[in-house]
Amino acid sequence: MSSRREILNLLRENARYTTEDLAHMTGFSESEVETIVEEFEEAGVICGYQAVVDWSAVDTDEERVRATVELNVALDRETNYSDIADRIGKFPEVTSLRLVSGDYDFDLEVEGDSMREVSHFISDKIAPIPEITQTVTHYIMESYKEQGMTFDDHDDDDRLSVSP
Amino acid sequence: MTFEPADRVDAVPPSGIRRFFELAEEMDDIISLGVGEPDFSAPWAAREAAITSLERGQTSYTANRGKRELRERIAGYETERHDLTYDPDEEILVTAGASEGLDLAFRALLDPGDSIAVAQPCYVSYVPGATFAGVDVVDVPTRVEDEFKLTREVLEQSGAAEADALVYCYPNNPTGATMTGEELREVAAFCRENDLVVFADEIYADLTYEHDHTSIATLPGMRERTVVFNGFSKAFAMTGFRLGYAMGPPEAITAMNRVHQYTMLSAPTTAQYAAIEALENCWEEVEEMTSQYDRRRNYVLSRLDGMGLDCFPASGAFYAFPECPWDDASEFAESLLQSEGVAVVPGTAFGEGGDGHLRLSYATGLDDLKEAMNRMESFLQ
Repeated sequence: MSSRREILNLLRENARYTTEDLAHMTGFSESEVETIVEEFEEAGVICGYQAVVDWSAVDTDEERVRATVELNVALDRETNYSDIADRIGKFPEVTSLRLVSGDYDFDLEVEGDSMREVSHFISDKIAPIPEITQTVTHYIMESYKEQGMTFDDHDDDDRLSVSP
Repeated sequence: MTFEPADRVDAVPPSGIRRFFELAEEMDDIISLGVGEPDFSAPWAAREAAITSLERGQTSYTANRGKRELRERIAGYETERHDLTYDPDEEILVTAGASEGLDLAFRALLDPGDSIAVAQPCYVSYVPGATFAGVDVVDVPTRVEDEFKLTREVLEQSGAAEADALVYCYPNNPTGATMTGEELREVAAFCRENDLVVFADEIYADLTYEHDHTSIATLPGMRERTVVFNGFSKAFAMTGFRLGYAMGPPEAITAMNRVHQYTMLSAPTTAQYAAIEALENCWEEVEEMTSQYDRRRNYVLSRLDGMGLDCFPASGAFYAFPECPWDDASEFAESLLQSEGVAVVPGTAFGEGGDGHLRLSYATGLDDLKEAMNRMESFLQ
């Protein structure tokens, strides 16, 4: 019998595993799997399920522009990092937001339909926030790997079809 | 004089797997559960070490026994993982795959006319290897009711007491069976009492899911009569590197090296650099692969159970070995391949005792495994 944590590992690997798949792989019954997943969801351990998309492989003219932005902030007695994060994180354009060590404070990822849109968002919505002292925007030119998945031609299985 | 196979070559029938391979190769879009090697590529750090060694021009022969640094690391790894202590200078020989090591042992440590007990079902090379060396084979068929473990009873019944040597593989290909230290004790006692040396193929040692691997060489009085074979093909997913090693008492390794130095000279140099890195830095990858195999094992065993196929709980390597629902396993495998495009290997390809079973390799991604199980299920209905 596997641990409850194994369910998390498996869903991290592939969120589309069915309850039945998870049951076969872990030894839990299907109803146990459902309960465990519900409990994780309710406790906020599992926050959501998303596909990892390689936009460059999507056959469309529509552009997706992403940038990572380094933010420096100045704190005061009334304002801490969480207060600023609360404010910035509410924008739907912001897809991830992290406090980091090193030369700058926040590392945020922004997504939009065009460079213009992303630039405007940074200059109109983020930069004017009083505590923010500096922004450095890096547009993502090419994505090679996201969330552990490599974006390339899928590896062909070149093994012999039957071997001892 | 024309070219005719020598008698001892002619005595060995073509591999039972070959025919399935040819059938499968003719078909498109099959899902194969017939593959005896990992579906993962070798860990990147090991591959990169190979590339770096090539860039540096490290392309010459190594010492016959293998690079000293590699032998030292092997010694350290075997101590840490399997409680085995071997001297890198005297007791370890690096070979081109564990298969070469076994061939060396048959030729260097047995004489024509000697006999070797072969625990079966087993990897396809043991019987041919012994035959090429002129060594007589005593079949020791293990039984499904013993979960394909080697027991004193089957050893006694098969006449293994008269043999000079015993060869076996646990964790086992094709059954996925493993043996605990306790279970190995009676095998060890039998070998001591009847003065057999042991060739222990432990190539799947790190792929166990229920209990840690125990080497027979760690049991009392066994180190001096055992040669252990291991390598990088399975746990490290480095099959194509062709790198293994043999460990045993100095006199055994010296004799094996005498054949090795004239035939192989030294194991592939690039592979040796990759292996040094594998032992130093790739353990996390091995653990990740092992946990993947374990999930798939659970999945396959659970699905087979759902189909009503009897399968003992295979606990090592990456094989399940269910009973075949038809009398003729070859016929079943062929029919499953042709009608559903799923390749499995009939147990008969692995010798006595494999009859009436199918080897299903779960060294295949879960999506394919699921599809194969679905097809097999609909085939059975």
